[in-house]
Amino acid sequence: MAVAFDEMNIPGGDLRPAYQELARWLKETPPEALEYRRQEAELLFRRIGITFAVYGDSESTERLIPFDVIPRIMSGKEWTLLEKGLKQRVKALNMFLRDIYHGRDILRAEIVPDDLIFQNPVFRPEMNGQQVPHDVYVHIAGIDIVRVDAEDFIVLEDNARTPSGVSYMLENREIMMRLFPDLFARHRVAPVERYPDELLSALRSVAPHSASAEPTVALLTPGVYNSAYYEHSFLADKLGVELVEGRDLVVKNNEVFMRTTEGLKRVDVIYRRVDDDFIDPLTFRPDSVLGVPGLMSAYAAGNITLANAVGTGIADDKAIYSYMPDIVKFYLGEEPILKNVPTWRCREPKDLAYVLDNLGELVVKEVHGSGGYGMLIGPAATKATIEAFREKLKREPEGFIAQPTLALSTCPTCTASGLAPRHVDLRPFVLTGSKTTTIVPGGLTRVALKEGSLVVNSSQGGGTKDTWILDE
Amino acid sequence: MLSRTAENLYWLARYVERAEYLARTIDATLRVTALPATYIGKTNEWDSALLTAGVAESFYQTHEEANEHNVVDYLSFSAENPSSIRNCIEAARLNSRSVRTALTSEMWDTINSAWIELQEVWNKGTSTREELARFLRFVQETSLRFDGSAYRTMLRNDAYWFSRLGLHLERADNTARILDVKYHVLLPEEEHVGGPLDFYQWSSILRSVSALTAYHWVYRETLKPWLVADLLILNSTLPRSLASCYENLTRNLDQIGVAYGRQGPAQRHARGIRNRLEHSNMNDIFQHGVHEFIQEFIADNSRLGEIITKQYLI
Repeated sequence: MAVAFDEMNIPGGDLRPAYQELARWLKETPPEALEYRRQEAELLFRRIGITFAVYGDSESTERLIPFDVIPRIMSGKEWTLLEKGLKQRVKALNMFLRDIYHGRDILRAEIVPDDLIFQNPVFRPEMNGQQVPHDVYVHIAGIDIVRVDAEDFIVLEDNARTPSGVSYMLENREIMMRLFPDLFARHRVAPVERYPDELLSALRSVAPHSASAEPTVALLTPGVYNSAYYEHSFLADKLGVELVEGRDLVVKNNEVFMRTTEGLKRVDVIYRRVDDDFIDPLTFRPDSVLGVPGLMSAYAAGNITLANAVGTGIADDKAIYSYMPDIVKFYLGEEPILKNVPTWRCREPKDLAYVLDNLGELVVKEVHGSGGYGMLIGPAATKATIEAFREKLKREPEGFIAQPTLALSTCPTCTASGLAPRHVDLRPFVLTGSKTTTIVPGGLTRVALKEGSLVVNSSQGGGTKDTWILDE
Repeated sequence: MLSRTAENLYWLARYVERAEYLARTIDATLRVTALPATYIGKTNEWDSALLTAGVAESFYQTHEEANEHNVVDYLSFSAENPSSIRNCIEAARLNSRSVRTALTSEMWDTINSAWIELQEVWNKGTSTREELARFLRFVQETSLRFDGSAYRTMLRNDAYWFSRLGLHLERADNTARILDVKYHVLLPEEEHVGGPLDFYQWSSILRSVSALTAYHWVYRETLKPWLVADLLILNSTLPRSLASCYENLTRNLDQIGVAYGRQGPAQRHARGIRNRLEHSNMNDIFQHGVHEFIQEFIADNSRLGEIITKQYLI
């Protein structure tokens, strides 16, 4: 594998401009001081209770995501390009969803094969012909971006269902500003703190027409045992909206109400962090206790906005991903600004043959997997794992895609033996309201803390960093 | 506000109050049992501690006899006892997480730090008297800090009032339970034949509701059982007395009623209990029987809890 692109150091000893002040500061700061602040940061995270749960780990149900105090920095120019690309991509995702659940022009034009939609478990026939308020499907998108060189931004994954991580973007910044005021004084870092305000206005802007002039927004969480519960309560608090569970809501005459100490109160917009499958036991999984019986009929009657809409999974499915460049071109008539990772679709015999021949070099992902679970990283896997995967692939080729192992860019990171480069990705959050699309400058940088590791997922031992966009 | 949020705030306050009360009970029992037998007689004080905590029945399902070692463990650290201090703190933290948006950061920090700190105690227990004393003090301080943060940082709205309701309802229950267990040493003036034996019982009762010093300031008297009863039941200047708890309960319920523009059975029921306390004197109560009076009160108090739940929390 080629040497990864380092975001701070240019081979030969020079520094990229965005990192020059940081490098100077690092030289002036003794390593003990850095270590001391690192411990302080960890204490703060634990006291604030910023924890997440790891499924299938009974040892400790609440864990901290390791936080690396060295910020990841991008220039304003880089951000401008990325921002443009993200807006283009999310616009296309929304148009694609509207089309799939209505006219299906893209299928007739044979850009995307029919069976990939109709045989896909995340396609929701309930949404066929259903009008969603203001035609917005993906109100909150988390687009995972990686870099392999100084020029391009590459989309690794679109998250159009219930993307999480934004609380870390906000809290990381808070903690960095508390711990390193001097470092901030030496940079002009674009602020991220208006995210909750932007989110609230986006959510209110998409209220259904039957809502009052002051629509009521609520955040629907699966509850305290969900791995992202901290984020749900954090956001509800910052938004100033009620954090509701399924049992707090009730549907009457196709309207949604929450049970309050003063009786029932109508809800107009639900920022839901519960998956489609669990949202309404009358429509989807009947065993779900997290949802609200009748919610889908209120939705069909146009009395409630769900953000994100039901059925958006069909747009961020890994099998659809490989068609995204064509999707952008089809709806917008533009060249995609953000690149895709070259992807082999194992459902196609030619691609499958190639993948089977080159398993040792490729990353193979389950089409419906997420969180870094159930994937094969060829170069890091043992022979036995590869062979086991080969059998799985042959049995169910349509369940997988494969990609080359990318040399993700690296950033300097605190390690046991001092600063060292570690691989990173970036998840910016794109908000789409009824009229505007906004992105706060920054996002969540995830870092693979193990040397050489490319897996940044928190469930697999990844950490996070504060992400700085310089305002030049 | 969401009914579930109100419910969580209400229970959160109850759990914290209960944890403090348990810590006080253990503390007071340790003191009394440290006295030579001639001062306290043959009663098993650890058995009384279980009774005042309301867990005697479940305790004896798994234990033969009550002694310092197993009762301290059962009331403090036991994961099996649903109202051990440990489970109260765990439940308080879980409730806090569920209603983080309704708590101020100071309140959350109090519960969360205590929870983090106590993990080690749960794992190791306390091996010396000194460690145990430190633990009991820590629990009481946590409750004080929590109460103080609520008082100083919460908006004065329904969230605050529901949390106060939980606190005072639990407090009234706790005070009543002590009286229920110890009523036999609280005799009316004319029947009193107390000796040194009872003196320590009375001071222990006062200690467990942090009212020993208060007693002397209120009555400027040596300990008299009927005055101890008067202080704990009828004296509304003592924050842990039944009268004071009901002054607060009616006030908080009225505040909710005004804010919501509607009164209901909870307001009426609380006012009824308060009236009865206001119009009673110790002579009547002794005539009627302290035990019966307290038993009625406990039933009425828990009935109020059910009514509040039905009216607001579900």
